[in-house]
Amino acid sequence: MSVPSHLNFYIDPSRCIGCQACVQACTECDTHKGISMIHLETVDRAHSTQTIPVVCMHCDSPTCAEVCPADAIKRTPDGVVQSARKPRCIACNNCVLACPFGVPKMKVEFELMMKCDMCYDRSSVGLKPMCASVCPSQALFFGTREEIEAARPQSAPIDRFQFGNQTITTKVKMMGPRSVSGQRPEHLDVTAALDPNPPARSISLGVLNGSH
Amino acid sequence: MSNPPSNLLPILDRFGPHLNRASPVRLATDAEPDRLVKTHCCFCGQQCGIQLKVKDNVVTGFEPWYDFPFNRGMLCPKGVKRYLQGAHPDRLLTAFKRDTSVPEGFSPMGYQEAITRVASEIARIQKTYGNSAMGVLSGASLTVEKAYLMGKFARVCLKTPYIDYNGRLCMVSAGAGNKKAFGIDRAANPWSDIPKAELIWISGANVAECAPITTEYVWQARENGARIIVVDPRITPLARTCDLFLPVKPGRDIALFNGVLHLMIEKGWIDRPFIEQFTVGFDKVAEHVASWNPTKTAEVTGIPERLIRQAAEWWGTAKSSFLMHARGIEHHSHGVQNVLGSINMVLASGRIGREGCGYGTITGQANGQGGREHGQKCDQLPGWRDISNPVDRAHIAKIWGIAEPDMPGPGVDCYEMFRKIDKGEIKGLISLCFNPIVSLPDNNFIARALGKLEFYVAIDFFMNETARHADIVLPGSLQEEDEGVVTQIEGKVIKINKAVDCPGDAKQDWRIVQDIAAALDRPKGFTFTEPRAIFDELRVASKGGVADYSGITYEKIEQQYGVCWPCYSEDPSGKPIDHAGTPRLFEPGSWNVVAKGAGPFYFPDGKARFNVAPYTPPAEDVDAEYPLMLTTGRVISQFLSGTQTRRIGPLVDQYPEPRIEMHPQLAERMGIKDGDWVTAESRRGDCTLQAMVVTTIRPDTIFIPYHWPGRKSANQLTISAQDPISKIPEYKVCAVRIRKADRPPEWAGKLEPQQG
Repeated sequence: MSVPSHLNFYIDPSRCIGCQACVQACTECDTHKGISMIHLETVDRAHSTQTIPVVCMHCDSPTCAEVCPADAIKRTPDGVVQSARKPRCIACNNCVLACPFGVPKMKVEFELMMKCDMCYDRSSVGLKPMCASVCPSQALFFGTREEIEAARPQSAPIDRFQFGNQTITTKVKMMGPRSVSGQRPEHLDVTAALDPNPPARSISLGVLNGSH
Repeated sequence: MSNPPSNLLPILDRFGPHLNRASPVRLATDAEPDRLVKTHCCFCGQQCGIQLKVKDNVVTGFEPWYDFPFNRGMLCPKGVKRYLQGAHPDRLLTAFKRDTSVPEGFSPMGYQEAITRVASEIARIQKTYGNSAMGVLSGASLTVEKAYLMGKFARVCLKTPYIDYNGRLCMVSAGAGNKKAFGIDRAANPWSDIPKAELIWISGANVAECAPITTEYVWQARENGARIIVVDPRITPLARTCDLFLPVKPGRDIALFNGVLHLMIEKGWIDRPFIEQFTVGFDKVAEHVASWNPTKTAEVTGIPERLIRQAAEWWGTAKSSFLMHARGIEHHSHGVQNVLGSINMVLASGRIGREGCGYGTITGQANGQGGREHGQKCDQLPGWRDISNPVDRAHIAKIWGIAEPDMPGPGVDCYEMFRKIDKGEIKGLISLCFNPIVSLPDNNFIARALGKLEFYVAIDFFMNETARHADIVLPGSLQEEDEGVVTQIEGKVIKINKAVDCPGDAKQDWRIVQDIAAALDRPKGFTFTEPRAIFDELRVASKGGVADYSGITYEKIEQQYGVCWPCYSEDPSGKPIDHAGTPRLFEPGSWNVVAKGAGPFYFPDGKARFNVAPYTPPAEDVDAEYPLMLTTGRVISQFLSGTQTRRIGPLVDQYPEPRIEMHPQLAERMGIKDGDWVTAESRRGDCTLQAMVVTTIRPDTIFIPYHWPGRKSANQLTISAQDPISKIPEYKVCAVRIRKADRPPEWAGKLEPQQG
């Protein structure tokens, strides 16, 4: 069984409301044994309610697998990067340090790296992963390209990410604006996006501080 | 009499709240469930469809119910983890009686013995002080069947006027405002109209945390090009990316609505033909808002004038729109006026009763809608009938098989009931689905009043904090242990299905109530054998009322994924029909039972009412002594007084204890840093909690979520001022001051986060 090729996973952080339904539901996937394989990033709660759900991006050339000295991380032919294999994982933490998206987590108690496997027991039979099933804002969406294009005319999926000199192409797609300065963005420059003071934030602050 | 043991630790040790976490059954990947039960979440008014996994009479997890149209599998974290309330170590498996000889204050007793004792105490109190010395408190998380039965039980079995419900803290301002303006109290549109609107106006509703699934509808509207306006003292998660954020000063919403209407009239952004054909009272309202110019509006609301002008322009010139509000504008001593102000804006725009043109109040509790329609409100009879109206009384008296004069008249709201307890007028109390010592304002007063009761029996599945004051606690049922209907956020009646049997001596709530009636030797009318039989009686009782359920059956609900009331069993000529229900109210040309074809609104002339909504400041404004405003609300991982959600481990982990949200400007002035212990004081009480310093709140306002009991309770501070019409308490604004605490509170490090 494999994830049907017409079904895709999309993330739209602008929709995220920080509710953690995804994290809570991840623990309820039959093969996750009550442990969440994903997490929620709170960007800067002192200044914003912004949060971002972090699921595995399922890279075409997964850095985690490339740096694994024990060859414990496998990418199945349908493009899903699986959680580390218990008999092989040596809990060295290489993958945790190397993943540019900060996805893998070391479960010290099991001496095992565990990460999002797109709820493989569900997605490989065409069911939605738990997180994308429950997400109340549909910041996490699992479905066809046609569905997302019809439902979200303001945004477009991006699957190329620039981290310094490294370009990464992923199976999971990030929704971004359909048009930036009249052009459709083709990749997301993560390094450049690390500006600590995006303009939107200062506008909100001004409103509450009473400056007109 | 009814005081809990002074040492809390033994009672906490015995009855919790303790945290339930995933069971070994759940974690075994090969444990196939015996069955999946299609039902709904037990928490909020959205009533998301969910499938419960059942194994060996225990709910062991969930599977999304993708086909249910409202949520299509979506759930918030409470829905995901709701199953952990089952098979819980705190579950009451027997009846309990007050026993001062044991440290935990209660000892188990046989169920029948407990019922006999309850009946003999009720009989004694009523014989000594009269029938009205008994009071009944019920709740809007109950099914329609149970809510109906509680109203009947109070009036027919106990013959007391004193019944009211916890929807008094929730939907009554919206209800009263809607009734005054539209003649009917129900969200006017299905939620499917939200994505079709080009402007979404959200006032006083933390949609993302309190009605999470509604977020997707709002985002879908945005994808379709809609603008979103949010009015709130806090930048809530939904407000973060809205198009226009109006940071209103708590308690000033009506001024904003009047100010926007002023600009709409001035600029000609009103629908004259609609106003003339479908409404009355516009001129008086226009005259009233004439003084609400933008300068005055900005001064009162604390919102910059340019933002008010922008909002008015967007609202005024939109082709389609959806306005929604929730407790943020309703929890006020002028909550009804706030609601009327918002409806005036909607009526003046003419954008209602059509696809993509809507208005709706966001229902709070599971059955916040159905629970306010069928007679557990102090002034109400089933089908939205009026207990003071002779025709309504005669209709219901006939169905109940009693003489009309024997039916008590209107009672008083639940807070007034506590004042009557305090004054010694009410001596005995029965509560079901209500935890007033956590949820009512100024709750030090509630604790004192409970201490004056001669007899208090609480029905609940857990020992909630108020039940600690009881003489007898009867073991009730969880939502998944019974069946029945509830009416969700869109006015759609949906079906709760039974997944498991009650454990131990626990009984379905309606059986407990009937057992009490039988033990009182007043069984007439309380011999139902199943919820369906109660529902059938209710259908007849509601027939011809505004909230007409007569055409709804359990089977129709299942076929249609819910049925929106009014759902008639007969057409206007009296011929039986198969009516599909009424998803959208006020459609042009629509027929209703009040207007009888005269127009789409529920008044004899079929027209909606504009109502002059004058601005008044909050009951307790700030002054030099108490210079800050306190506003209260919810967090996503907890629900209401927390009886259920403070027992679910993963939900408590997510937001363990209440914190005081404050702006860094305020924090800096007071020498407070994020995480410091801070004491907030009002004229009624104080509370020491940790600070959460964020720029997402007005600098003149602090926020405390209210789900916790005891010394962690925000309601130690809140004021019991009430709206004169709806009697809703003013939870959303009172005057407080803060200071950095000298030391952590006494409970720090002793009590678990969920306890108090």
